[in-house]
Amino acid sequence: MTTLQALLCGAWAIFRKDVQSELRTRYALNALLLFAACTAVAVSLGVGFLGLRRDPQSLVIQSALLWIALLFAALNGLSRSFVQEEERRTTLALRLAARPAAVFLGKFCFNLVLLLVLDVVTTVLFVIFLRVEIANLGLFVAMLAMGSLSLTTATTLVAAIIARANFKSGLFAVLAFPLIVPLLVIAIQGTTLALGGGAWSQGMPLLQILSSYAVATLVASLLLFPFVWEA
Amino acid sequence: MRSRLWRLPDSASASTLTAMNTEQPAPRTSDAATPPTNSAQPAAITLALHELAASYGPRSVFRGVSLTLHAGEVLVVSGANGSGKSTLLRLLCGLQQPTAGTIAYHWQGQVYAPVAARPLIGWVAPDLALYRELSGLENLRFFAAVRHRTPSDAELYDLLEQVGLGGRGDDRVAAYSSGMTHRLRYAYALLHQPPVLLLDEPTVTLDVHGAAVVDQVIARQRTHGISVIATNDPRELRYGNYVLTLNPVETGAPRQGT
Repeated sequence: MTTLQALLCGAWAIFRKDVQSELRTRYALNALLLFAACTAVAVSLGVGFLGLRRDPQSLVIQSALLWIALLFAALNGLSRSFVQEEERRTTLALRLAARPAAVFLGKFCFNLVLLLVLDVVTTVLFVIFLRVEIANLGLFVAMLAMGSLSLTTATTLVAAIIARANFKSGLFAVLAFPLIVPLLVIAIQGTTLALGGGAWSQGMPLLQILSSYAVATLVASLLLFPFVWEA
Repeated sequence: MRSRLWRLPDSASASTLTAMNTEQPAPRTSDAATPPTNSAQPAAITLALHELAASYGPRSVFRGVSLTLHAGEVLVVSGANGSGKSTLLRLLCGLQQPTAGTIAYHWQGQVYAPVAARPLIGWVAPDLALYRELSGLENLRFFAAVRHRTPSDAELYDLLEQVGLGGRGDDRVAAYSSGMTHRLRYAYALLHQPPVLLLDEPTVTLDVHGAAVVDQVIARQRTHGISVIATNDPRELRYGNYVLTLNPVETGAPRQGT
């Protein structure tokens, strides 16, 4: 087995274990889905009329509200895969058995899947409660997927850093926010474009920026994670 | 704060202790991230500590620990609470960094530092937690997978049988007693047939049958590898070829081995 194969096998095992644990404990999933539902209902009660408008300001507000809901749900839930290991004291067993890179990739994949599930649920709820119309569905899905990928790459390392801190949730938001702001701005612009029926040619530069951001943060995280994990 | 090391006269090993300021032959340092543990070559593991010291902030726990252990030997580390027994074991697998000194694992012509040597190490300690929401068997399957091993279910059931968990492998760990959980830690440690076994309080929470399992595990380990045992229980001194006593306060002459 080559080093890369061994790494991917280890990451796959960690991802599978996290999914199995999550399905049995509902440690993160329930909290995230409840958060998404509450946000969609609360926003629809306040600004539900926005869905009926197609002017540029309304589209920007709808996009911003969607990404704010996703962001806060992500900040609430994405740190849990590492925090849970620390709280249940299983970090020691994992540190002794698994390579740091495999741990990072496994947790990263788990967080990505969790966020993609959250994307689907939140978007459906927004479409129902806010009566949001998506003019370019393909571009909208691409923006959501690429934005979520970038959000996950940026927050997984931060989650590992804060897992051993006392004030975990607060620290997670404080450390993650500066990293997330650039991608949030781009993702909101791209989503606005998709809601308004913008062409793929207009959306491609934004997708390229998001993919570059994802690659840069993923590489940086893979390089830095062993130091965080062994600290 | 001096440590003392002596050899028990009824040692099962013919190896000679080369403790205190051990001279090592010039080894080749390995660039490999993971040492091979499934080689057909017979195990020839050696663990060498040189002038090892540990401290927490300004408080020195121990210093000047030098010794060499060869395959087939068992070192028992004893001492009062807070003397650094568990700390020494954590240093041996790279969970903490020593204040001074070096730790080297010599394996198949290569030298590995503690973190790189983890694939060679099996670890059992009361603070080692496994996944409570998974069954014993699922825990073993998971840890085998992250160690890039693919044992069959029959092999895993056999391992569970060896540690006295036969018939309980499909139960979730949350339903295990503390003694059963400790037995599962042994299965976790033995899963990859490590040449080095580090045992912290090996029989804590175990009943008589569990203690017999530990006897068997140590006896088997003696046939191919090294064991290091940290304990407060004087009955467990019998496991060792050598006993290292960590003394936080200097007291009298060293005790003779029994």
